[in-house]
Amino acid sequence: MKNKLKVLRAEHSYTQEDLADIIGVSRQTINAIEKEKFDPSLPTAFRISQLFKLTIEDIFYFEEN
Amino acid sequence: MKKDRKKNLYQLAAWTWSWVATLAIASFGPKYIWDGHTFLTIFAISVNLANGILMIVANRNFFNNLDELQRKIHLESLALTLGLAVVVGLTYSLLDVTNVIVVDAEISNLVVFIGITYLICVTVNTRRYT
Repeated sequence: MKNKLKVLRAEHSYTQEDLADIIGVSRQTINAIEKEKFDPSLPTAFRISQLFKLTIEDIFYFEEN
Repeated sequence: MKKDRKKNLYQLAAWTWSWVATLAIASFGPKYIWDGHTFLTIFAISVNLANGILMIVANRNFFNNLDELQRKIHLESLALTLGLAVVVGLTYSLLDVTNVIVVDAEISNLVVFIGITYLICVTVNTRRYT
């Protein structure tokens, strides 16, 4: 799954640590999501979308390899 | 959240160390401290067992408080460690039973193997997601 998390985080001037604290996950998790090595759970995806006031589909999208 | 995880980790470390200490006392106490006194030996073993159960509870609390990625990392590591422990443990036992190895198969060797395997699995899995 692809995502725009890194771009959104940069636009809002959050560090990975800031975002991790707000969402309630570890910094490593934010890093893994940004690098698309790990797909977040639905609650985490919702928390991210609510924080950036976007829909989940605006941030995460599926792309066939 | 982060504070809770740290607290759970310290609690797990404390219970693990106290379990190791009570295990050492229960193992060496009868010979070196209370000269084989049956009541004291049973008491020491009971304390060790109770301590072990509390360590397991602390481990469960630690696990439940991990975030989703950490839980995935530990779960994959646990699955690999469990599989390897069963397969390697039984092979080791078989080598002893069939007298292929000259030394007796000790459970402590398996415990060390489990510990090292889990440590390697967690390290490798953590790197995979970094």
